[in-house]
Formats: sequence, C-alpha cells, structure tokens
Amino acid sequence: MGTTESSIVDAARGRPGLLLVTLLGGLLLVDLAAKLAGVSVGPLGGSLSTGRLGSNLWNGLVIGLVIGLAGIGLSMTYSILSFANFSHGDLVSVGAFTGWGVAFLVAGFGDIPIRTLLSVRDAGSATSGDIGAHILATPGAVLLGLVTAFVVTALIALALDRAFYKPMRDRDGISILIASIGAALIVRYLLQFAYGSDRRGVTASVEASNLAFDPLGLSVNAHQLTIVVAALGLMVAMHFMLQRTKLGTAMRAMADNKDLALVTGIPAERVVTATWIIGGGLAGASGYLYVLLRGTIQFDFGWLLLLLIFAAVILGGIGSVYGAIAGGLVIGIVFTTSTIWIPSDFNEAAAFAVMILMLLLRPEGLFGGVSTA
Amino acid sequence: MSGDGSDPNGPGSTPDSATGALLDAARRSDLGLVLGTLLVIYLAATLLTFTNGLNSVVGLLRTLTFLGLVYALAALALNLQWGYAGLFNIGVAGFMALGVYTMGIVVRSPDPAFGPPGFGLPLPVGIVAGMLVAAVVGLLAALPALRLKADYLAIVTLGISEIIRLFLQSSSFDNFLRGTLGVGTGGGRGMGMPQNPVRELFLVDGQAGTPTAFGELVFGALGDGGLGISNSILIGWGYVAVLAAFVIGFYVLLERLGRSPFGRTLKAIREDELVADSLGKNVNLIKIKVFVIGCALMGLAGILWFGSQGNVSPTPQFMPLLTFYVFIAVIIGGSGSNTGAVLGGIVFAAVLFEGPRRVGSALRDVIDAETPSSFADALVSLDPVSLLAYATDNIAPLQFVLLGFVLVFIMHRRPDGLLGDRIETAAAVDLSERPHGGETDE
Repeated sequence: MGTTESSIVDAARGRPGLLLVTLLGGLLLVDLAAKLAGVSVGPLGGSLSTGRLGSNLWNGLVIGLVIGLAGIGLSMTYSILSFANFSHGDLVSVGAFTGWGVAFLVAGFGDIPIRTLLSVRDAGSATSGDIGAHILATPGAVLLGLVTAFVVTALIALALDRAFYKPMRDRDGISILIASIGAALIVRYLLQFAYGSDRRGVTASVEASNLAFDPLGLSVNAHQLTIVVAALGLMVAMHFMLQRTKLGTAMRAMADNKDLALVTGIPAERVVTATWIIGGGLAGASGYLYVLLRGTIQFDFGWLLLLLIFAAVILGGIGSVYGAIAGGLVIGIVFTTSTIWIPSDFNEAAAFAVMILMLLLRPEGLFGGVSTA
Repeated sequence: MSGDGSDPNGPGSTPDSATGALLDAARRSDLGLVLGTLLVIYLAATLLTFTNGLNSVVGLLRTLTFLGLVYALAALALNLQWGYAGLFNIGVAGFMALGVYTMGIVVRSPDPAFGPPGFGLPLPVGIVAGMLVAAVVGLLAALPALRLKADYLAIVTLGISEIIRLFLQSSSFDNFLRGTLGVGTGGGRGMGMPQNPVRELFLVDGQAGTPTAFGELVFGALGDGGLGISNSILIGWGYVAVLAAFVIGFYVLLERLGRSPFGRTLKAIREDELVADSLGKNVNLIKIKVFVIGCALMGLAGILWFGSQGNVSPTPQFMPLLTFYVFIAVIIGGSGSNTGAVLGGIVFAAVLFEGPRRVGSALRDVIDAETPSSFADALVSLDPVSLLAYATDNIAPLQFVLLGFVLVFIMHRRPDGLLGDRIETAAAVDLSERPHGGETDE
C-alpha cells in the first residue's frame, strides 16, 4: 500500500474483510493440521492421510502451472492493450486441437487415415489406443505437437488482432472486451464446426508410466512430469526474454506506462505484435499441455477454463507475468485441495470465490503495485 | 425515432400515466417501429413455412414472438444496469437462474410425484420470492464489487453467475437443502416447473380435454372447431399475450425511471462518474440501487421465460452463453435505449437465434446428398454439395460464428447499435429542439 493518507484510509476500510479472511485461512490451516494429526476437536479435525494431501498439492501444482502459463498471455494483453480478452480461452483450445492434430499425424502416420489424425479423431473410427500418442511411446510426436500448438495459436492470435482488435486500438476497454466476446464465439464454434462437438480421449495409456514416490505416497505420472518441465521451461524462457532482451524491456515499459513508452520512441505496434505472438503462443501451448494432463479434448474446454485463468491473473495482479504464474499456482492448489473441506462439485466455485475475494480485498493483486510486465 | 420532428406536442412532454406513456411512445413511432419489425419477421416466417399449413405457420410465429419477448424482457433489465448506469454485468444468466429456481422451490408441492420437494406456496409468492432472492444476491454482489473498474465488475459477475450455476448443478447442495429446509434443487437433473396459470385459463386444472368456457370459445373459433390450430399453440399464444403485457410493463417502468431525476443522475454517472460525484450525488448508493433493481427484473425475466418451459436445469440453460445472447440483443438495439432493447430482443431472437436454424433446415431439405459424418470427411470428399450438406446439418455452430461476427461488426461500425442515430434525452427536455419551451417535468 502507498503512503498517502487516502490509501491508508482505504487500507483501514479494507481491514475488517482482510482480517476475516486471514482468520478463516488460519482456521483452515489449524483444521488441516488437526486432520493430519488425526485429532478431532468439535467441528475441527478429522482424518486425512499425508498421501492424499500430497497428491492434492502435486495435482494442484501441475494444473496451476498450466493455468499460469495460459495466464501469462492474458496478463500481457490486459496490461499492454488495456482490455480483458475473453477470446483467450478459445486460443487455448486452438492450440490443443491443432497441436494434437499434428502430434497424432506423427504418432499414427501410415496406419490410420490422415483425416482421422488431423481432426483429432473426429473422423474415422480409430481409438486413441490405436494411435498411441504418449510421451513415453512417441516423445517426438508429443514435442512436435507442442511446438505446433505454440506456432499456430500465435499466428491465429495475430490474425485476430489484425482483423478485430487493431481497428479498435483507441477505443475504450469495454468496447474491445465485447468485440473479444465476438471473437471468442467465432473461434470456439469454428473449432466445433471443424472438429466436432464430442468429448474424446486423446492420449494412449502406456504401462509403467506412473512413478511412485513411496515415502510421500505420491504417484507421479509421466505426463505430469512432462507438463512441469515444459511449463517451467517456457516460463524461464519468458523470464529471460522479458529481462534480457530489448523487446522484453519495451514490453515492460509499455505495460508500466504506455504514454511514456510511446514518447521514448518504442515502436508500439511492433511490441503489440510480439505480445500477441508470445501471449497467444503460450496460451496454445498451455491448452496442448492441459489436454496432455486430462487425456481428453472438447471444443469448449478452453472457454470453460477461461474464468480460472482470469482468476489466476487477477490474483497475481493484472500486468504481472510472475503474478500470473503465482496466481495460477494458487488457483490450481485451491482447486485441488479445497476438496478436503468441500464436495468436489464446488472446487471450481472455490477458485472463483478466491478470485472474487481477492478483487474485493486487494484489487491490485498479490504482486500489485510492482509492475514487472 | 425521437429525432423526427413530427411530434406536435414536443418530445419532452411527460407521460402522466402508463397508457399515456404508451401513446407517447406510439406517437414518437417507437411502437410503430417495433410492430413494423414484428410484421416483417412474421412475413418472412410465413413465407418460409406456409407450405406446411396454417398450424405450423402459427406455431412458428408463436415461437418467434415468445423468444422475441423474453429476450426483450431480459434486455430491458440489462439495459437498466448497463445502458443507464454503465454497470457491465455479465452475470445475467445467474440472476435469471436464481429467480426461476427460487420460484420453483417456493411453489413446488412438498411431496411431488417426482423431482425435488418445495414449500408448496402460491405462485405469486414464488414470483416475489424469486425477485427478492435475485435482488438480495445482486445486493451482496454489488456492495463491494461496484468499487471496481468496469472490466473487473464484468469478471466478478461472470464468476458469481458460474458459482450460482455450479451450486444449482451440485447434488451435494441439493442434498444439503433437502436435509435442512426440506426442499431441493434437483441438481443436474433439474426441476419441473409449476403449472402455468395461463393453461388453467383455457383448461380446467390444466388437464387436456377439459376446456373451460373461455377455452371452449377460443378452441371452437380457432382450434379444431374452426381454423384447425392445435390447442397447445393457442395456449402458447395466450402466454405470449401475458409476456407482451410484461414487456410493456417493464418498458413503462424503465422509461419513467429513466426520465425521473433518478434516471438523469444515472445517465450522468454513466457519462462521467467524477462529475456526478462532485455535484454531490451519492454515486455508490445510486449504483447499488440500480444494480439491485436490475437484478430483481432479471429474476422476474427468468421466471417468465424459463418458468414457462416445463423443466429447468442449470446446464446448459444457464451457461454464460445465455448472458451473451442478452448482451447481443442490447447491443443490437443500442445500449441506453429501451425501445432499442425491445427491438434488439425481437431482432436477435428471430434473425440471429431462430432464423439460421430454420433457414438451415429448409436448405438441408433441398440438398439431395448424404451428410458426411465429420468436417474432415466432407473436406476429403472434395464435393461442394456434401460440404454444404455438412454445413446445413451443423448450422448451430455456424450460427454462433455469425453471432460473433455480428458482435464484432457492431462494435466496429455501429457501436451505438441499430438505433445509433437516436438522440438520447438525458436532459428532462430535448435540448436539440424546443418548440414550445418552458416545459419541465419536475
């Protein structure tokens, strides 16, 4: 918080809510400790194995990394172009479908008709087992798919920008937001038109793909490991790009203060182009990885994921790339560990509730105030 | 349109009653505009289906009018929040779900033959309760959320609408309600709606085959005894008349609200919050009020819409897509204009929502080719006819693509909607022309 008088007043006004949330969080922690110890005191406590907590945390970490990866692009477009991009979730789906089409093409080439492969099993009757895409069986195909997802989604994001958003650069955020809802509809339903509407399995099952860590009771899947490595790799690359390159510096400048950046002669349109390429590409990659994690694909999964991505971005503070990653991790862990207390019907609702609380208590986010790009 | 100067009394003259407001609207040709649009839509629909006989024409017209009116209701409620006060609420679906579910829970019998139990109270109580719950949740959402920037408010309301849907979907919540209050939501299977009173107007206890005196008269003249229109369609038209009355009610309410000092403050807030604040208006209180009123109206719109459909279920009926439909209706009409909202609702329902499906299926009947099982198959066949067969058989996704393009196009070219040239009277009197002068409405 700042040091001016008004912000102190604001902080004081926000405090009762903050206090309540802190108390609630503390209570949950105490309850968690009691559950782990197997003690029950009144409504608190119960029993919970460390193994379950561990696997909840691990699953949350994996989902969180994917959401954070998608959130980077959303956060960047939000800060540099000043609008909430509702078509971001559908870019996530674009990456998944195009990436898996190519991964299938490589994995199942020769035995299975190309139209079945490229349409991610919409046409034809081959099962995912026939195609056999799996990181252990066909690592090359899975990696190539990831690259394709990045590249194709980046191009589509750029095309959407040129067609829809560029003519609206000087308009207010809400107008562009509405246009982005239109873009989202176009992309999502073109995907449905081209790839069909049914949910289907994608990855094949391979024996011995689970690596168990016995002491913690954790079971780590080879796909989860792939996701962690790929997501962390992309995030580190992003970090170096932002901190070490001229483009990254320009992006951070644009995000911090657009007018000042323009005055200093930063080529705004070029930075915007780069933003779409990187943000869109990361969204596509995260969609591809999300399907690798879940094993199934459906035309609107990215849209359904969008609110979680927004939650991550808001949690971390809009405009902050590192905030988006941290927010993604928090949302992912809330998503999986909330099932300890509430029925699994509500884990998504819990993540949204965390987002809403954050917006109400600290709208600038966890890392608010420091715009790191 | 308010800009046409043919009005002898001056556009600023105040309606002194509901009928006065209606006449006023008609004189300024707004009503004429709406009726004209309806007429064009009716003509097109008749042309599309007249070969199938009178019954299907009247049935299609009923469907189109029903959809047009329910969208108009929802669009009017949203217009109050967004058009008047600039509150970007994209949780419309959630508030409609709250209204209709509360109504269902309150009215359903305590031990029904099937489905979740309810409180078994009369229908009017249920409707009021539905509006109240929507309003209270709106209040809870608004109290803190209105401090946020417009796009944050959008995300928060979308989140709230999804939370509402997830709760209604959840079987745990259903069981919890059954355990504590003895009522239920039905979870993912949904809930049967109470009998529509309009049906009882035509049929004794709503049972088919036992018409009331009024039903006898109508069925005799237009139904089996006369023109041969099926009874269910005639009852449907009866409900359409009720909806039309509600649309008029909403319209008059919002028009009067918009012209009141309160409404002018709203528009001032939308245009420049800082100025309104500096002039001593309690901006936050006014925003909360308008948000709550809008949410109550959305609850009512949800009741009138989905409460008449026999069965409601949280998915897919109350997905955020529903909110975007309503938004498109408002945007087509131009946000801020009540006539625009009604017109947008009607145009959206007929031209964008129902139209493509009908045209698609009509085209499909003409095409003599087997539908390929997937887009890839259609492409591989290299046959434009089979591609067209696939497209017309899968018209639903293409319809959404069309909706998307319409949204983008309107935002690019006509951000003020179809009635974009409308001069909005934010002032009590129309400042662009003042033929008699000196009139005030305070």
